[in-house]
This record gives sequence, C-alpha cells and structure tokens, in this order.
Amino acid sequence: MKIRSIPTWIQALIFFVVVGVLIQLAFSQGWLTEYWQQIILAGTILAISALGLNLKYGYAGLFAIGQAAFYGIGAYSSALVTKDWTSQWSGSPVGGLAGLIGIEAGFIAAVAAISVLDIGHRQRALRERLEKLISPFETSVLTATLTILVGGGILIVVGGGVGWLVRKAVLAAGPTLFGALPAAFSQQLIFFIALIAGAVLAALVGFVVGLPLLNLTYDYLCIATLGFGIISYVFFNNADKLIPTMKGARGMVAIPRLTTWPWVLGAFAVALIVMRNFIYSSTGRAILAVRDDLTAADTMGINSYQYKVLAYTVGCAYAGLAGGLYAHLYAFLHPTNFTWLKSIDPFVMVVFGGVGSMTGTTMGAYVFVTLLEGLRVLPAELIDWRYVIYPVILLFVMLFRPQGIMGTNELGFLKRPKAAPGESEMEAEPAETTASAADG
Amino acid sequence: MVRSNGNSTVLNINGLTKFFGGLRAVYDFDVEIKEGELVGLIGPNGAGKTTIFNMITGIYPVSAGDVIFKGENITDLPAHEVTHLGIGRTFQNIRIFPNLTVLDNVRVAYHPHVSYNVFDGILRSGRFGRGEKEMTDRARQFLSVFGLEKYQESLASNLPYGEQRRMEIARALATEPDLLLLDEPAAGMNPGEIMELMDLIHFIRDRFDLTILLIEHQMRVVMGICEWITVIDFGEIIARGTPEEIRNDPKVIEAYLGSRAAEELA
Repeated sequence: MKIRSIPTWIQALIFFVVVGVLIQLAFSQGWLTEYWQQIILAGTILAISALGLNLKYGYAGLFAIGQAAFYGIGAYSSALVTKDWTSQWSGSPVGGLAGLIGIEAGFIAAVAAISVLDIGHRQRALRERLEKLISPFETSVLTATLTILVGGGILIVVGGGVGWLVRKAVLAAGPTLFGALPAAFSQQLIFFIALIAGAVLAALVGFVVGLPLLNLTYDYLCIATLGFGIISYVFFNNADKLIPTMKGARGMVAIPRLTTWPWVLGAFAVALIVMRNFIYSSTGRAILAVRDDLTAADTMGINSYQYKVLAYTVGCAYAGLAGGLYAHLYAFLHPTNFTWLKSIDPFVMVVFGGVGSMTGTTMGAYVFVTLLEGLRVLPAELIDWRYVIYPVILLFVMLFRPQGIMGTNELGFLKRPKAAPGESEMEAEPAETTASAADG
Repeated sequence: MVRSNGNSTVLNINGLTKFFGGLRAVYDFDVEIKEGELVGLIGPNGAGKTTIFNMITGIYPVSAGDVIFKGENITDLPAHEVTHLGIGRTFQNIRIFPNLTVLDNVRVAYHPHVSYNVFDGILRSGRFGRGEKEMTDRARQFLSVFGLEKYQESLASNLPYGEQRRMEIARALATEPDLLLLDEPAAGMNPGEIMELMDLIHFIRDRFDLTILLIEHQMRVVMGICEWITVIDFGEIIARGTPEEIRNDPKVIEAYLGSRAAEELA
C-alpha cells in the first residue's frame, strides 16, 4: 500500500501518536537528559510561533517584524491567569481570567457592533452628501471627527458594557464552577483556557495593529511593525505600574510550571493541522494570490487588504499560543525575552527552513534551538564559539541553498493535496462540458 | 456618430481625467460601449491607454469624470468590487500568480463566490468537500475550453509565454464578467500566434456573450477584429470611428508616423 493512498488525517494521526509516545517514553524513562527535554519542548514551542510568521511572511508576503511582541502578549496574559489561580494576586482566583476574557469579549463585541452598523459605509455616504455643501477639507475634518466620536462611543459603551458584564459573570460564577471540579483537573482546565485566551489577545492586538499598517508594503511595513515591537518591549518593562504582579523589568516570577510534552505536542499538532487545512482551502489560495500579485488578486475580486489582515491576525494568534506555552515552561518571564531582536529569531527559522513551507519552518525551529542551546554541550573552552558556528552555518545555507532547506516543498501529510481527478465523462465529451461552462 | 447596434449601453465614460502630480496622463476621455461590441482603444506608447483601464477597474483613483457601468456609477469603487459587478481584465505585462498552479490560478477567481467558510476549510467539513469539488470542476471545464487542461497541475510560471496569456484570459473570464478589458493581448506574439489570438477573442465573445474593450498596439489585430476604434494621443481623443475611417484619418497617421509622413501621404 502506497503512503499516498492512506487518508491524510490518518497519516497525521499516526505521525503525532508515534512521535508523541516515543518522546514521552524518552522523557519518562530518562533516555533524554532534562536538558535535551527542554530543547525539544522549546523547539516545538518556537515552531508554533515560526509557523505563525510563515503564514505572515511566507504565505501572505508580509514582511512584518514583531512576532516576539505577540509572543510576549500571549506569555504575560496567560501567565496572569494561571498565576492568579495558584497565588491569587488579584484577590480572587479567577480575577485574571475574568479581566482577560472581559477585555476580549468587550473588544469583539465593539468590533462586531462597528461592522454591523457599517460605520465605514455610512461615513462614505455622509462624506458624499457633505461635499456638496462645504469644502473638501471641511468635509474631511468633519467626517473624521464624527467617525472617531461614534467609533469611540461604540467602543466605550458596547465594548465597555459587554466587557464589564462578562467580567462580573466570570468573577461570580468562576470560583464555584472551577471549585466543583477536582483540583488537578481544574488547574489544567484553567491552563487550557489561559492558553486560548492568550492567543486570542495576541490576535486581537495584531488585528488592531494590522488595520492601519497592512496597507504599507515591504520595508515600510517592516519598520512600522518594528516600531510596535519596541513599544511592546517598553510596555513589558514598565508593566508593573499597571499590573504590579507583572513586575516589569524585574521579571515576572512564580508562574505555575504547567507546560508538559502532551500540552506542547497537542498545541503543535492542532496548530500545524489548522495551518495546513487553512492554507489548502479557498481562503488560503486567496492569501497566496495576494502574495503573488496584489493587483491581479484585486482584479480577481479578492479584497486583498482583508486577506492581509486575516493572515496577520492568525499569525499573531500562533505567536500568542506559543508565548503561553513558553511562560509556563520556565515559570519566569523577563521583558528581554520579548525585545524586537527576538523577533528576528522566527525569521531565521523560516528563512533557514524554507519560506512558505510548514515542514521547513518546523525543521528550522529545531535546528535553531539545537544550534544555539544544544551546542552548550561543547566543552567549556569552546562554548562561546556557538555564536560563531551558528552564523557560519546560516551563511553557508544562504549561500548554497538560498531558498532554505526545504524551499517551498512539504513532506508527508503537509503536501499540497492534488485536486480530485475530474469525472471521466468530461474527457469523453468535451463539447458538452465546454457548453455548460459557457452557461455558467 | 450613429451606430446601428440597438443594444443597451454597457460602459459609459464621461470626461475621465487623470493627473499624476503635474503630468496630465488622460484628459477628458469619453467612450460609450454597447452590449456585444468589440471596441478598440489605440494610440502610441505613453498615450494613456493603460491608465484608462486602471481607472475603469478601480486600481487608480480618478482625478475627474465618471465611469458608468450598466447604469451604475463605479467611479470610486475599489478594484475587487468592480470585478464583482462584472468587469474582468488582463494586463499588459502578464500578471499571473506565478507560484500557484494553473488550476489554482483559475480557482482563485471563484473565491468571492465560495460556498464554504474558513471553519469548513479548517475542519474539512462536507460543505468544504462539495465546494472544492464544484470549484475544481468548473475551473477544469474552463481550462479545457482554452486547451490548458494538460497544464493544470504545473506552476503557472512554468507555462510558455503564449499559454500564460491564454491562462490570464481564462482567469479573467472565470470571474464571469459582462465586460472584458484586454490590455495588449498580442504583445510579444508572433504572426501565427496573433492569428490564433484573434480567433480566440471572437470565440470567447460569442461563447460568453461578452462586450470587449481592447487596447492594442498591432494595427493588424485592431483593424482585423474591432468594430469601433477610439484613438488617443497624449491622453486626449484624436479620432474615433470604424476601422476604415481610422485607417484614413490624417490625425491618426500623424500620431503614429509623425507629421512629415502624414504630409507625404496626403
């Protein structure tokens, strides 16, 4: 039986079960040292973040630097939730959770309200009507002011209202709901919710940042997102003024260590399969078309801006998910882990592995971690040579295989599915089928 | 100008003007195209022909003037909405999606009408399967009309030049337009290929009930297939009429060959 004839989902299932069990065995039987276990965990977590960047850069062609900022947003926000559950920094075990979900629910409600009320369309209609009465400059000022007032009003009234209600509800119902469950289970459930909420927050922030920036092209987008990366770093450094337990530049401590291999593998498997199915769907094709030729995509009836925002937002969610896993792996968060320089790391992984290849991106993440961390096994007098060995390897790969290890190729179940073969009647009676094409 | 064709107007352009900074690229351009017509737009290099196409399809904002398509003012609509209303186009320098397969290039055109959502795609639901199958079948039928079905799984960038042109036209038709704008479809083709192209244009107009506006450089193509011709130079209309009228118009000869040549011919 050929491998290709096995359904894709079974291939994926077999792969993840085999790899998962083998590595779990290696961990529990002590075949791998604690040190190598950490490398595998860190590599898989970074692979999730790099997959997000591959969606932005490899598939959507957005040269955006700032993955570390979203990684940090996911890390801090999920850590606040789980730390609250164990040490109750906010006074209630679900205070962090209630706050985070409240913010997200409020924001989503406000965005939904703005799109349901069709503010953009109304603004255009108003502008057209006003242009007949007053000068273009006055029209611009007036409509812009009105839009900001109305938008801000919706954000405060709808967003604030919904957020406040949701927060109150979680605060009231949370302790009894989670208290009814066995302690070990509720802890894991809180961790799960925290991971999702962290990813969602990163996506929402990415959405807001992306809206104004994604009309920019290549290097302009790079500089603009770099700016956001720097702002986030400054924010993390001074976050203790807003939420004392984030401890700003001193680093957030005492985060429960909940990240285990099953969690990491589960998150990675879901991330990878969602990415595969997403990119091999009509939406994915639209994103690839926008990357290949923006103007042509627009003339195919695709709103290219919308798909850039979508790809960017999903890419940010991946970074947030990875950040949440990272926070609960080392139990310590420091802003220096989320500087804009750290945003280069996923880039190295993607470019090294192959821009636009999920297989390559994943391999790139492991190679990166192994080269930087794994080379610590070198004898003490050579250990500082890591930073020479790693760039030299990068240099050689870029010189001799500039498309990265994999190029745009994929392995196994990540390969682009071939379109199902056409019906035999089509070949038999071409005249009839062409006629029906004309009718359509 | 009296026209025998009694059909309704598809495209009506009035006073279309475009400034790039201080440069006047197009000035006071107007044209009326009726259903089923094949209209040519010609002029020397840099006369502003492609700029007009870009304004019709919403790629460039318009400085002044109106574009009315089937009675609807589409002047300020973004490009993707213009496509939804039924204007398809090709580009002077072919703009395919080079890293997508030929089949996917055409399937992209069906995306605005896709029958499943993002979550169906991620969960691979039944609706996804049916939607994909429908898109694939229709795209295949389209490719077979253009004789491209044998290339469907190869990357678009690997196609020979002439096939890329054909694929671009197929892709534009897959958006199901009523009006097709062809921007120098014969550019870079040899005489044999040009003959094939002229047949193809006639064929698609009849089969898909199209109205076609065509920019062309090669006089043989324009004279051979267009029913009405508008000539522009330096962004302004200098002549319009049937191919026969255009052929003998001294202004056109001057624009193409220079004033001395025009005098000698006269």
